[in-house]
Amino acid sequence: MDMLRVVNLGVKVDGKKILEHVNLYVQKGQTYALFGPNGSGKSSLLMTLIGNPTFKVFDGRIMFKGKDITSLPTDERVKMGMGMSFQTPPKVSGVKLIDVLKYCARIGGYKEEDIYEFAEMLNMKEFLYRSVNVGFSGGEIKRSELLQLMLMNPDFVMLDEPDSGVDLENVAVIGEAINKLLERDKKEEERRRSGLIITHQGHILDYVDADYGLILYKGRVACIGNPYDILEQISKNGYEGCLRKCLREFRNLENLNNQNKNLNQK
Amino acid sequence: MKPETRSATFLQVDQDVEAVSSFYEGVEILSIRDALEKYEWVEDYFWRAIKRDQDEYTKEVDVEDVNGYFIRTFPNVKVEFPVEACLYLKSPRKQKVHNLIIAEENSELNIISGCTSHPGVGSGMHLGISEFYVKKNAKLTFTMIHSWEHNIEVRPRSAAIVEDNGVFISNYVLMNPVKLVQMYPTAYLDGENAKAIFSSIIVALEKSVVDAGSRVVLRGKKSSAEILSRTISKGGVIYAKGHIVGDAPNTRGHLECRGLMLSDEGVIHAIPELEAKYPNVDLSHEAAIGKIAEDEIFYLMSRGLSRDEATAAIIRGFMDVEIKGLPEYLKREIDKAIDMVEKDLF
Repeated sequence: MDMLRVVNLGVKVDGKKILEHVNLYVQKGQTYALFGPNGSGKSSLLMTLIGNPTFKVFDGRIMFKGKDITSLPTDERVKMGMGMSFQTPPKVSGVKLIDVLKYCARIGGYKEEDIYEFAEMLNMKEFLYRSVNVGFSGGEIKRSELLQLMLMNPDFVMLDEPDSGVDLENVAVIGEAINKLLERDKKEEERRRSGLIITHQGHILDYVDADYGLILYKGRVACIGNPYDILEQISKNGYEGCLRKCLREFRNLENLNNQNKNLNQK
Repeated sequence: MKPETRSATFLQVDQDVEAVSSFYEGVEILSIRDALEKYEWVEDYFWRAIKRDQDEYTKEVDVEDVNGYFIRTFPNVKVEFPVEACLYLKSPRKQKVHNLIIAEENSELNIISGCTSHPGVGSGMHLGISEFYVKKNAKLTFTMIHSWEHNIEVRPRSAAIVEDNGVFISNYVLMNPVKLVQMYPTAYLDGENAKAIFSSIIVALEKSVVDAGSRVVLRGKKSSAEILSRTISKGGVIYAKGHIVGDAPNTRGHLECRGLMLSDEGVIHAIPELEAKYPNVDLSHEAAIGKIAEDEIFYLMSRGLSRDEATAAIIRGFMDVEIKGLPEYLKREIDKAIDMVEKDLF
C-alpha cells in the first residue's frame, strides 16, 4: 500500500546541494513527524515533493501512488492527491481567498457551500473576500493554509510548521482540523490518508499523533523512530545529543561508514 | 445600454451630435454649441481651466466647428444613475471635442465616457478638451474607458477646478491597442478641504505608446490628493507619470505607480514627481515595476490552478485596484473591459 516512495533523492537550489541521498517510504494511513534544526532541509524536502521549480532534482526520484512524478508540474501532483500547507506563503494581491478556495474545492470534490462551512470552522469567514495572505497575521495564515488544504481533501498531506506562531487557543482548532484531515480520528486500519508534518517544537504532536518521527540533518535523513522518543531526546539533549544517541542505537551511519571503508579498501 | 440605468446620454459621431437626452430632471445635457447659445455664462467656463494656447493641440480644437457635451447637475441634486457620454470616431480625420462638465454646489454626478473608433477606420486623431468644475461640497466622478485601434492618435486635454469640500474622482481605463495616447489631466484644488483621486488602469499591447499622467495642484488649505496607477506592458511603451504639487499649507498627497512587464519587448517608465512649497506639506510616493512573481504562480498551482490560470489570476488581481468611491455599476464596466483584454495578455 504505497503512498510515497522517495528514492535516493538529491536536490539543488541555485547549483547548491541541499538534499542528498534522501530515502523515505510512507504507506497509506501513516503519518510522519519531520524534525531537524534550522536549515537542515525540512522545508526543501516538502517543496521538492510538491514540485516547486526552484528546487531541482539532480539525483533519485519521487514515486507517488506507484507513479514516477519527479518531473510532473505542481498542479498535476495536486490533482493526483498531494496537498501542502506553506510556512510562509506569498501574498498575492488582488487574488481573493474565496477564488483560491473555489479551485481547492474543485480539486477536493467539495461544493461551493462547503467552503463557508469549513471557513466557519476555522474562524476564517471574514477573510474570504480579502487578497490571499495580504495583511494576514501569522495565525491567520496558518488557518488560511489549513482551510485551503481541507477543501483540497488530499490523500497525502504535507504541513510545514502548522503550529508555529499560533496562540494556544488556535493550536487546538488547528490540531483538530489536522486530525480530521489525516483521519487520525478513525481506527488505524480504516485510515487511508498519509501525512508528513514539519514541527519545530512539536506542539502539534499534543493534538495529532504521528506514527513515526524522522530527523533531517544537513540534508540527509539521520534517523527514524518513535516520534515522541525523538521529541523527548531533542528537548533533553538537543539535536546533536539526540543524533549521537540515535546513531549509536540504530548504527546506520556507522554501518554506512564501514561499508564505505570496505569499498575503499577494495 | 439600457436607458433606465442612465440618467442621461450623449452620442457624438465625428463632429455631429447624434443623440442627446436626459431622463432625469436634475441633469442638464446639451451639445456644447447649444449650451453656448442658450446660456451667456457658459462663455465664462469655456477655456478657463485650460488655456487656449496651452499647446498646438489645444489651439487646433479652438475652432468654429468644435463640438462636444455640456453636462451640468443642478445644485443639491444627487444623481444616482450615471450620465453616459460616447464619442465615436468614424471618418479618418481629426475629431475635435470640447466638453464642459459642471457639478453645482452640493450635487453629485457620475459620468461614464466611452471614447471609441469605428472598426477598421483608416487612421485618425481624437483631440478632446474637457473642463470640469466641481463647486462647493459637490462630488464628481468621471470614468473614461478608451477603446481605440492601432492607427489612432489620441490627445485629450483635461483639467478640473475644485472648490471648498469638493471631490473630483477620475478613473481611466485603456485596454485596447492605440497608436498613441498622450495626456496629463490636471486637477486644481482651489478650495479648502478639496480632494482629488485619480486611478488608471493601462494596458499597452505591441506598438502602442501611452504617455499618461495625472497631476494635482493643491492650492486650498487641507486639500488632498491620491494618484494610483496600474500599468501592464505587453510589447507597448508606457510612460506612467504623476505629479502632486503642495501649493498650500496643510496639504497632503500620495502617489502610487505599479507596473507589470509581460514581455521582453516594450517599456514601462514610471515618473513620479512630488513638489512641496510649504513646510507642512505631506507628500509621498511609491513606484514599483516587475514581472509576475514565480513564487506566486507556484503557490496558486499548488492549489490546483494550471500555470496559465495562475498567471491570469495574478494579472487580473494586479488590475483589481480598490478604486475609492467607485459605484458598483462602474466597477462592472471596468471588469468587462478587463475580461475583454485578458485573452490578449497570453
